[in-house]
This record gives sequence, C-alpha cells and structure tokens, in this order.
Amino acid sequence: MVEEINATAPATASTEQKRRAERHLRMQGMVRTLGMLPVLILLCIAFYLMTSRFGSLQNVSIIAQQAAINTVLAAGMTFVILTGGIDLSVGSILAASAMAAVIASLIPDIGLIGIPAALVCGLIFGLINGSLIAFMRLPPFIVTLGSLTAVRGVARLMGHDTTVFNANLPFAFLGNASLFGIPWLVIIAFLVIVASWFVLKRTVLGVHIYSVGGNPDAARLSGIKVWRVLLFVYGTSGLLAGLGGAMSAARLYAANGVQLGQSYELDAIAAVILGGTSFVGGIGSVWGTLVGALIIAVLSNGLILTGVPDVWQYIIKGLIIIVAVALDRLRTKGSART
Amino acid sequence: MQQQTEPRPVQTPLLEMRHISKTFPGVRALSNVDLAIYPGEIHSLMGENGAGKSTLMKVLSGAYQADPGGEILLEGKPIALNGPLSAKQHGIAVIYQELSLSPNLTVAENIYLGREKKTGFFVDRSGMIEGCRELLKRLGATFGPTTHVETLSIAERQLVEIARAIHADARILIMDEPTTALSARETDGLFELIRKLKADGLAIVYISHRMAEIYDLSDRVSVLRDGSYVGSLMRDELSADVLVKMMVGRDLAGFYTKSHDAHGSRGHVILSVRDFSDRTRVRGCGFDLHQGEVLGIAGLVGSGRTEFARLIFGADPKVSGTVELEGKRIDISSPREALDHGIVYLTEDRKAQGLFLDMSVESNVNLVVYGRDAKAGGILDLGKARARALEAIRSLSIRVANQNIEVGSLSGGNQQKVLLSRLMEIKPRVLILDEPTRGVDIGAKSEIYRVIDGLAKAGTGVVVISSELPEVIGICDRVLVMREGVIEGEVGGPDGAPVTQENIMTFATGLKPTGAEERRETVHG
Repeated sequence: MVEEINATAPATASTEQKRRAERHLRMQGMVRTLGMLPVLILLCIAFYLMTSRFGSLQNVSIIAQQAAINTVLAAGMTFVILTGGIDLSVGSILAASAMAAVIASLIPDIGLIGIPAALVCGLIFGLINGSLIAFMRLPPFIVTLGSLTAVRGVARLMGHDTTVFNANLPFAFLGNASLFGIPWLVIIAFLVIVASWFVLKRTVLGVHIYSVGGNPDAARLSGIKVWRVLLFVYGTSGLLAGLGGAMSAARLYAANGVQLGQSYELDAIAAVILGGTSFVGGIGSVWGTLVGALIIAVLSNGLILTGVPDVWQYIIKGLIIIVAVALDRLRTKGSART
Repeated sequence: MQQQTEPRPVQTPLLEMRHISKTFPGVRALSNVDLAIYPGEIHSLMGENGAGKSTLMKVLSGAYQADPGGEILLEGKPIALNGPLSAKQHGIAVIYQELSLSPNLTVAENIYLGREKKTGFFVDRSGMIEGCRELLKRLGATFGPTTHVETLSIAERQLVEIARAIHADARILIMDEPTTALSARETDGLFELIRKLKADGLAIVYISHRMAEIYDLSDRVSVLRDGSYVGSLMRDELSADVLVKMMVGRDLAGFYTKSHDAHGSRGHVILSVRDFSDRTRVRGCGFDLHQGEVLGIAGLVGSGRTEFARLIFGADPKVSGTVELEGKRIDISSPREALDHGIVYLTEDRKAQGLFLDMSVESNVNLVVYGRDAKAGGILDLGKARARALEAIRSLSIRVANQNIEVGSLSGGNQQKVLLSRLMEIKPRVLILDEPTRGVDIGAKSEIYRVIDGLAKAGTGVVVISSELPEVIGICDRVLVMREGVIEGEVGGPDGAPVTQENIMTFATGLKPTGAEERRETVHG
C-alpha cells in the first residue's frame, strides 16, 4: 500500500535555522584559514609566562625578522603546493641568489643591481624547474630534488667555493634598517603575503592555481592552460627564493654557497603544512602560511630563551609540527562531505 | 510525513532502522526515517538525488553516525554501528559504485584482503586460493581465484566484490547503482546473481534510478524524498505513475521536453565532422550537425562514443579528422581551442573530470568565464561571478543553501546542474553532452531535458551521447549508432527510419535492420 503520498514539500528549514547554518559554514571557513592561530597564541602565552624576555619589544622584533625570510619562501611554496606540487630547491636557489646579489653589488657605482640580480637568478632557476615539470611532465619531487643538488653546486661555483663579502653593501638597509620602526625584512615579508593573497584570491590566475591543484583533468577540459599555471608557480617560488637570497645577503653583508639556505626548504614546507594547506593541492591560504611561519619562528626563539638545549630544540620542534597537523586532521574531520 | 501502519508479514525484519536522522552543517540530510529489510528480499530504494538514499546507506554501513535518537535493530536487537568495521561484523556490506578492489592483486588476495589466511607468520596463499574457489564457482565466475583483478572487466570486478562480501558472511548487501557501467548482457548476469543471493536468504538493498531495473528485480520498493520516508510499495503494487508521484511529490507531466522542431525548420549545417580516428577505439567517424538540432549518439558501452567526443573536443590526440564550423575549416588540438570556437563538451565523469569538488558552487559555475569577465590585469569581477552563480542556482533550481558551498557536498543531480551551468555560461554554439543524466534523479533529469530543448530552440547544435534508449528516443531528432569504433547506422532525420528502440539496437548489436538506412564511414547531411 502507499501509506502516504505527501504532495506538499516537507517542512523546510526555517530562516532562523538557515541563518545559523550559514554562520556555521562561515565559521568553518575561518577555522580552516586560521586553523593554527590558536596554537600560535598558546605558544606565545606559554613562552611569555616562562620568560619575561620573550615579550619584550626587542624580542618581538627579532622573532619577526627571523620569520621574515622563511615567510617569503613559504609564500612561494604555498603557490606550488596548491597545485599539488613541491619545490625542494628553494634553499639552494636562495644561496645562489644571495651569491649573485653580493657579487653584483661589488660592481662599482651600480651596486644596487645586486637586488635585481638576485631576483633574476631566482626566477631563472624557478622557470627551469617549471619548464621541466610543465613540458617534460616530470614529477615535481624528482625535478626539484635534482635542482636542490645542482643549484647548490652552482652557488658554490659562483664564489669559487668561498664566502663573498661586501662590507659596503649598498642595499644593506634591507636587512638591518627599519621604516617607521618596522624592520624592512618584516615589511617585505608582509607585502609578499598580501600580494600572494591578492593573486590567489582576487585574480583569474589564482582561481586557475586552485583548479589545477583540485582537479588537473577537469582543469584541462575547462580550457585552463595547465602548463602556464605550473610555469607561474615554480617561477614565483624561484623568484621569491631569489628575494629571500637578497634579504639574507643584506642581513649578512656576505654570502656563502655551502652553508647559506641549508634545509630552508624544510622550514618553508613545514610552514605551509602548519598553515593548513592540503598536501595534495587545491585547498589552502597564504594567511595560514604566515601563521605557520610565525609558529616556527616563535618556537625556535622561545626554546632558546627558555634555555632548552640545542638537541632538544630539534626534537620538540619536530614533534610539535606533527602534533599540530594531527590536531588539524581531527578538527577538520567533522566537516560534511558526501 | 511517515508512519506506515499497514499489516506486515509476521516475520521479524532482518534489519530495522527507526527514527534515523542525520544533520550536516547547513543541511538536514535525513529526518526521522524508518526502514525495515526482510531476509530473502530485494528491497529497492528510490528517490531523487539529494533525497537521502546515499546518506541512509552510509549510516547503515557505518560511514556516518546517525543523530542521537534513532536506533538500528538487527533481528530485533539494537546494535550500534560506529564505524565501517562494526557494520561489517554485523554482516552489512556495501558494493561500492566506485569499486574498492586493488587491481594489482589477485582475486583471492582481494577476497581475503584484511583477513589474510596465515600459517604462522606467512600468508597462506594456497589456502586462500582454495578457500574461495568454490564460492566463485557458485556465483558463476568464469575466472579463477589466481586471476589478477586488473585483467577483469567491471562486471567481473563487481562479482569479486560481491564474493568478498559473502565470503565475510555478509547477510545484507547494499548495491548503489551497480549497473551504471555495465552493458545490457552484464546487467542480466548481475541480476541473475542477485536473485541467486536472494534465494540463499540474503537481503539486498538496491539503489537505482532506472525504472526498468526496479520493476525487474524488486520485491519491495521504498521511496525517500527530501530526507524523509514517503512510503513503500510491494511488487504487485508497482506502477510508474505512483512511484514518480511519490518521488517528486507531484505529477510529472511531459517528462521529455521536445518543443523545438528540427525537422520542420531544420537549420543549416553548423558543425561538420569528418573521418575522425585514433586508430584503435574510433575509426573513420563523422557527422553533420544542424543548427538547432539534437543529435543522439547511441551504442553499447565501449563502442567508442566517449572517445569520439573527446577527439572532437581536442581532449585526446587524434590520428586523423577534420572539423568545419559554419563551413569554415578549424583546427582543434586542445580543449582550450575547442572552447574558443564555442564547442563545449560535458564529461561523462563529472567527479573525476568535471567538477572541482573542494571549490564553491560559485567558482565552479564561473570557472571558464572568469577570464572573460575579468577586469584589467586579470582581476576577478566578484560581483559578476556572484550574480552568475545566483542566476544559475535560480534558473536550474540547484538545491543549495548558498553559492559558497563546496560542490563536493551536493548530491549528484545538483552537481550535474552546476557543471551544466558552467558550460552554458560559455554560450556554446555546439554542445556535446556525454551521458548528461547519469546518476541523476528523475526531477533533475526532466530539468536537464528542458535545458537541452531550450538550447536547441535557441539555435545551439546539441549532441547527446547516452546509454539510456528511452532518453535518446525522447529528446533526439536524429540518432547515430556506434559499434566497435565506427558509426554503424543512423535513424531519424527527415528521411531516415523512425527512431525506435529496435532500430537503434539492431545497429548497436550489429544485426542489420530492414528499412533503416545503412551508413558506414560515409556521411550525408
């Protein structure tokens, strides 16, 4: 028997319910973007309670400067990881670019050319990575693992395996001076984050980056030039590594092809992942990356100030990254998905 | 709306769900659903997409937790389903739409996956092989336990899944649209198997949108609508009218819309495709498409229809083939170029190749036109994008709380509407639709037909690839039939044979009909 055929629509959710649901969704979006912000705040409070030096204006400034270069690299890394790729070569590119910056700065009269030299150097290496990935269809992990080693070699070659100095570095202000009390390093990092956010969320290119990471097949069928997107993200990652190189050189008045930028790629990747960007691509935001980079800087700084031995700093940092991401998994598991 | 009070056979249900509700943020997917499943019965579950069938089955299989307040009884005793494992332990098994086998392993290894037989520390291979040989034979498998799954057809893989469930002592099998990827013969084989299982006393919960299958199989049909239980029909009470009314809550007058008149006022040839080949799956295919015409491409699964369409669209590399658009020769070597010419393709696999599931409805609708709408420097026009999304939601009645919701959380029918509206934003001159209503419920189907008809009326040339013959017959003016990579014949058109099921099937199966015009590798517009 047909028990009942109800011809009218069933009671739809009342407007009040709907509004609550909408608010819930908005909250969820915010939680996803700023997911790790509470962790950052908790860490700050903990360190503040443990040592009075942590909260001093001077120390805050130090933390911000320490985070700056990693933030710049991690912003580039965010672009790459959003497409589902990875860039392991940023540390090496940073070293090579810093070499280029210092060497170019030694040219009399036009020493400021060091900055564009670093940027161009980074961009070229990034575009080489991008070309191999976009046109030869090689896996990003393999390509950038190769350039991690090769570019490191180039960096050493550039200085004939020695450290290059320039005591009168014309752009030293970048690494050491402030504008209205805010260090240039911090200003640059912040501008990079804002620019990245704008590209990702407000431009057609940004939508295409998310699309390629979210569903490469659908992206191609939708007429998106996937190669152009890949070239852009690896180019950007290289360019920002070049910027990071200029910042390092400015800070140190010197560059060394062997040591500079060693394992920076790992901190950059950690910042991106801590920031809630999905490792398979398509989901994430550059503000999250900023929070991730700050967490790493606060941890390093705080552990030093509280007198934790060097060995333990490594262990604690590693564990906190894993625990933070595990917590994040637990938290986002609740979101509906059919 | 619920409460069934009809007299039941005294038999205790094998499984009973009482007052099951499930709330997601923003959506109440199930509200107060009751369902009883008896041993030895094939119980079909029907409802439009978004009606809650899949959610209910996910509750039953432990993938979702129901809201507090409901209960699930197995043979009269309440049980707690708090994960897929506990559902399995209670004998509830799901045969997934997306098959969940490991293709690189053998049949036996797949059947024993997670429950490997061991002798001490080592896997007991021969024990596993012998342990399922008998079962496979009983289920009518033509392959042995040592066959690698990657060499099996989809139908055969399905059989392996069923064997795995039965081997793990499942008593309730849930099958969600199991025939979507099967040919007619394979479907018959599956039905035979399902009946065999029923005779063994298993309960089968069968979900399908295909009316014919429901009639063929069901002992009982239960209908869900908007997350609520509407009612059940016994086998002898089944009628299409009543079922449709139960599913959509209203009469469905004019299910197929065909108000455009392509024969009377047949437009000029808009697209002329010649001699398309990829050497293996498509050989020498071509057709003429008229303005305002709906051209069907029928054929069995694997006859090369999708491959042909993808070649035209530039999605796959072709060996030969020319395209003329409005009489002008054009070159298409990538989807981008096809789209630039206004030739648009709707993929048959919307999840894998069409939608960006993590992105919002708004982004999905606007994806292709973002560039066209953008302000100087490629900056998004968010106001326009929002307006387009809202208009699409309204005109295609996409059921969604707002345009910022992720597409992945929508039901199949609503997802398809989102994808379709993305393509319509391009204002296509030629629209190639590959299985436009696959996995889509009746209400959404009817709306999609209305959209297709509207496009044809506005002068778009539409190509519809479909495995559902009633659909092809209902909406197409002319139908090409493909078989083994070639266009075997054509029915319909001003002077062709009538578009009937028989005429199409004879071409599709290779038996020549009488009266229907034969065509092979030649085209006459």
